Amino acid sequence: MNAHTVAAAHDDHVHHGPAKGWMRWITTTNHKDIGTLYLVFSGVMFVIGGLFALGIRAELFEPGMQIVDPYFFNELTTMHGLVMIFGVIMPAFVGLANWMLPIMVGAPDMALPRLNNFSFWIMPFAFILLLSTFFMPGGAPAMGWTNYAPQSLQTGMAFPFLVFSIHLMGISSVAGAINVIATILNMRAPTMKLMKMPMFVWSWLITAFLLIAVMPVLAGAVTMLLMDKYFGTSFFFAGGGGDPVLYQHVFWFFGHPEVYIMILPAFGIISEIIPTFARKPLFGYASMVYALASIAFLSFIVWAHHMFTVGMPLSAEIFFMFSTMLIAVPTGIKIFNWLATMWRGSMTFETPMLFALAFIVLFTIGGFSGVMLAIVPADFQYQDTYFVVAHFHYVLVTGSAFAIIGAIYYWLPKWTGHMYNEFWGKTHFWISVISVNVLYFPMHFLGLAGMPRRTADYAVQFTSMNQIVTVGAFVFGLSQLIFLGVIIACVRGGKKATDEVWEGANGLEWTLPSPAPYHSFETAPEVD
Amino acid sequence: MSQTTLVEEKYHVPHAAPWSIIGIIGLFTLVFGGALWLDNFWMGKIVLAAGAAVVLVMMFGWFGTVIKESEHGLNNAQVDRSYRWGMSFFIFSEVMFFAAFFGTLFYAHQFSLPWLGGTGSGAKFPTHAMLWSGFSAGWPSNGPAQLGGHFQVMDAVGIAAINTVILLSSSVTVTIAHWGLKENKRLQVILGLLATVVLGFSFVALQAHEYMDAYLNLNLTLHTGIYGTTFFMLTGFHGLHVTIGAIMLTVILIRVLKGHFTADHHFGFEAVSWYWHFVDVVWLCLYVFVYWI
Amino acid sequence: MSISKLERTIAAVAGLGLALASGAASADSAFNLPQGVTPISHWVYGLHMHTFWICVGIAVVVFGIMLISIIFHRKSRGAVAANFHENIYIEMAWTIVPAIILIIMAVPAVNVLVKMEDYSKPDMSIKVTGYQWLWKYDYVNNGISYYSKLAEDSNRARMMGSRLSPFDVKHYIRDVDHPLVVPTGKKIRLMITSGDVIHSWWVPDFGAKTDAIPGYINQMWIKVEKPGTYRGQCAELCGRGHAFMPIVVVAKTPADFRKWVKAHGGHLPNKPQAGGATINRGRQPAPNATQPPPQTTPPGEKPQTNPPAHSGSAS
Ligand code: HEA
Ligand code: HEA
Ligand code: CUA
Ligand SMILES: [Cu+2]
Repeated sequence: MNAHTVAAAHDDHVHHGPAKGWMRWITTTNHKDIGTLYLVFSGVMFVIGGLFALGIRAELFEPGMQIVDPYFFNELTTMHGLVMIFGVIMPAFVGLANWMLPIMVGAPDMALPRLNNFSFWIMPFAFILLLSTFFMPGGAPAMGWTNYAPQSLQTGMAFPFLVFSIHLMGISSVAGAINVIATILNMRAPTMKLMKMPMFVWSWLITAFLLIAVMPVLAGAVTMLLMDKYFGTSFFFAGGGGDPVLYQHVFWFFGHPEVYIMILPAFGIISEIIPTFARKPLFGYASMVYALASIAFLSFIVWAHHMFTVGMPLSAEIFFMFSTMLIAVPTGIKIFNWLATMWRGSMTFETPMLFALAFIVLFTIGGFSGVMLAIVPADFQYQDTYFVVAHFHYVLVTGSAFAIIGAIYYWLPKWTGHMYNEFWGKTHFWISVISVNVLYFPMHFLGLAGMPRRTADYAVQFTSMNQIVTVGAFVFGLSQLIFLGVIIACVRGGKKATDEVWEGANGLEWTLPSPAPYHSFETAPEVD
Repeated sequence: MSQTTLVEEKYHVPHAAPWSIIGIIGLFTLVFGGALWLDNFWMGKIVLAAGAAVVLVMMFGWFGTVIKESEHGLNNAQVDRSYRWGMSFFIFSEVMFFAAFFGTLFYAHQFSLPWLGGTGSGAKFPTHAMLWSGFSAGWPSNGPAQLGGHFQVMDAVGIAAINTVILLSSSVTVTIAHWGLKENKRLQVILGLLATVVLGFSFVALQAHEYMDAYLNLNLTLHTGIYGTTFFMLTGFHGLHVTIGAIMLTVILIRVLKGHFTADHHFGFEAVSWYWHFVDVVWLCLYVFVYWI
Repeated sequence: MSISKLERTIAAVAGLGLALASGAASADSAFNLPQGVTPISHWVYGLHMHTFWICVGIAVVVFGIMLISIIFHRKSRGAVAANFHENIYIEMAWTIVPAIILIIMAVPAVNVLVKMEDYSKPDMSIKVTGYQWLWKYDYVNNGISYYSKLAEDSNRARMMGSRLSPFDVKHYIRDVDHPLVVPTGKKIRLMITSGDVIHSWWVPDFGAKTDAIPGYINQMWIKVEKPGTYRGQCAELCGRGHAFMPIVVVAKTPADFRKWVKAHGGHLPNKPQAGGATINRGRQPAPNATQPPPQTTPPGEKPQTNPPAHSGSAS
């Protein structure tokens, strides 16, 4: 009606669609193209990181060294962590943001389209740099994704490659986050007030802020490592007045907000999916926003909970214990709000909803183990055992990754114009959700019973439990092939999707045709 | 949904971004060469230089395009706002980068040196007696192993004080230029900018002199324990930023001479002047925490 | 009653009977933290169970509510969606109640923590130094000092292609050549440090681990209640041999311990030593971090006698 034109003014010859040929993908500035690129990249990385994980699990099937050298085992662990975090979860969320943010705020595209292209294309190059280290003399980095000094300074030729690839990833993330912020703050349809934005948009606004705040700190941390190794500084060397623990402080000042960077967009996704399939508006919108903001704030003052055993002053241990536990409150608010959204709704259980429900249960379990880890004296026992590994796979795999999978099922019809196959989607869900618990639940027991993480070998009493875990790992990994199949089939064809796709769906993305046009909103839509 | 307040805006969506991939390939080559160099491969430096050259070409190309578009009026108020958000958050990311290094300085002061020197407390209390009993800590320090040998501290009232004055006045001159731009006083803009550029480069020159002094006369080097480490890393990264800022100011000066900006359309100018103020503020923190305390 | 009981049931239901079998093989539960043999380990075990059961309680409530709405508020049952989306009172409630629960968790934790961090008045002190990949123990009051590394049979079996089954080795990779020997019933202060990279000294039965940081000392105290042999291992990734630097502690009665000290050329100070001031410095750690030391196996082959190069009398 009284819509205001925010028409996309662009070169005349390409009005209706993408350029032809493969160069399209390299020079594209279209948010949907770039979103697709990110998602595909993340999928490829998931297979690579997953294969590393299967290598780990295969070696751990039995005590004794059977398949790989212990040093190579450490390389696998390190690269598995780095690839999964920087190559899978983060790019997947950025891909979803690229696809959905402009649509959800009623914009034609991202605010800085050329920068957007730049952010994406750095990633493959950064990972070429990182993965190439496997073929170098001395091998890939092998001291865990955290790269603790001084252990990491013993890395061979791979070391500067590791550092520079992290620098590149940092540039990519910061540029991407800047774009997200500019898009949300500057490209919204004029009638969309901040407190009207969809939760996914809110979650990304806050995530982008976190990214910009902490990626440079990571860059600083690895730069210090580089200086210590090659230029004789003594950041982390006691003889010169430095302290190896200083590295951990700087790293975790990045690292902890980083883990929330990997969960906040997931919260946003779940807050989109649940109301749709409960056919009921999201409960407690305002408190959801405040909860997100307080989690982000708290995430800056809890970093040392990863370092309880390094010997901090008593007052610091107590402070970090309290601040860490406090995060359970805003997180709980989110969980309860989702429950209240479902309460007295009219629910159906399509695949995205199934993943969302599994998210709530399994993320909560991961959150509980997180709270247990925050109890300092108990953490003295848990720290660096498989209990921690269980904790973070519950929040990362059944948390972040499940949310991503759910989001893909949720928006796939909008992207491709076809419905995916519901039967195979549900099959994928059930096999995944069962095998993922076979994979990770026994890790709690392993950790409590005394198996340290990052070990290539273990004492014989842990054998049977490790075998269960390995079986779970292979089943979970293979079941992702179903997912791949469902996606390919859906891209190729299938039942035509309606514009609204889901009966209870609400939000601007469902007002566009399916598949969504190349330029999202040429005129700003009305929001009420 | 108050339609009255809104102006009709056109948003410019550029279609292809060839410079971006060129830049990335350049960046990749650059760091690849750098890594090879650190690993002692002779071709490292060459690869690095090649990469740097490509990056430079990209910058000319990319910024050239943006400038051309801006001069053709393709950048309306909304694009301008996007650039502003972008630049502010970019500067914020730089602030956090420096924060990491200031954090290390703080940690060395407050935690690591007291533990090593026997005035710390808590679980690490015996560190001094058990491992470093001969060492008495204080700031500045090159640690219990006396890394780098005896050294002298960089003076806070010498070059550093002059540099403080220089940088502060350059912040003033760039503001004067900005006022000139807003009031269409061309001469004031040019002179203000010129003064800023000159001050900026003199800062860099004086700092180079200071480093020479440190290495040649004071035996203060990167190897001088935690003091040398924090001193050179903080001032070094800051100096790098001043250099970049001064180069950007030069570009802006050239654009002004070409008659680029107008009183109400000069984002390029403002971005660089924000950057310059940021560099200035970092210096003030540096001056207090690195030179004084 | 005990957590392992509950988990055993869960495990059985889930068809994880295999795990049970191995659980029965060792004295400790294969599912839970050991109760341990020091005051600290008992406190920590208590805290762990306390937190665990609170979490179980919350889980029952949260998942219960979820299950009810999944069962009853589904469209296929003809449920019609209500339209409420706010209620300030209930939102206040679910902010405040969790906060109170957290306090209930945190208070006992702080109590334990304060007791754990009381390093004063030890009966004896031992300096523990980690190296890639072995440990060194200096009895600062007794003048005994030696290295402790992976037992030879485990070491042979762990090699790739060794064709030796770990199952045939006693205490596979949890056995050392020369265990740490400590008296029971005494408050022993461990001063933990490292000679190269970060390690972590951990015996689960003692209830805590402490990182060994090059150039710094970290403290931890233990008071073993029962004579016996306790096993653990390095718990911080320290390179290729990280999985292969176990820790074995043999706790002896004070009388037996005295005998052991005498037999190994140590001496017995009469008075418990108070501060940490005049302690022998042992081997200087923290070689330059940028140039890690050659990974030598120190001359720890026939220790338990008193290698004069490495230690001396303190008091
Ligand atoms: C997505 C990522 C993610 C998320 C969301 C979290 C969430 C949390 N994490 Fe986790 N964590 C990691 C990823 C994540 N973590 C990773 C990767 C590591 C290991 C890094 C490494 O070393 O390699 C780690 C390690 C880690 C440690 C260090 C362990 C160690 O090494 O010793 C600790 C310690 O405190 C911790 C705590 C927590 C807490 C308290 C939360 C909380 O945010 C959880 C809050 C949620 C809930 C509590 C559940 C829902 C709430 C309710 C239903 C309300 C009622 C509940 C109560 C009153 C209890 N985490
Ligand atoms: C989001 C991040 C993420 C994800 C998704 C995963 C996924 C998995 N992870 Fe983990 N993991 C981490 C993050 C993640 N991880 C981190 C941060 C660490 C710490 C690293 C460190 O200590 O430094 C870690 C550490 C870690 C360890 C501990 C290693 C050690 O301490 O030595 C283990 C051990 O079992 C493990 C296992 C697995 C398994 C089996 C999966 C599986 O879910 C993977 C399943 C996926 C696939 C298998 C690929 C997809 C498959 C196909 C498309 C089909 C083709 C497949 C077949 C042919 C089988 N991970
Ligand atoms: Cu020593 Cu791990
Ligand atoms: Cu954390």
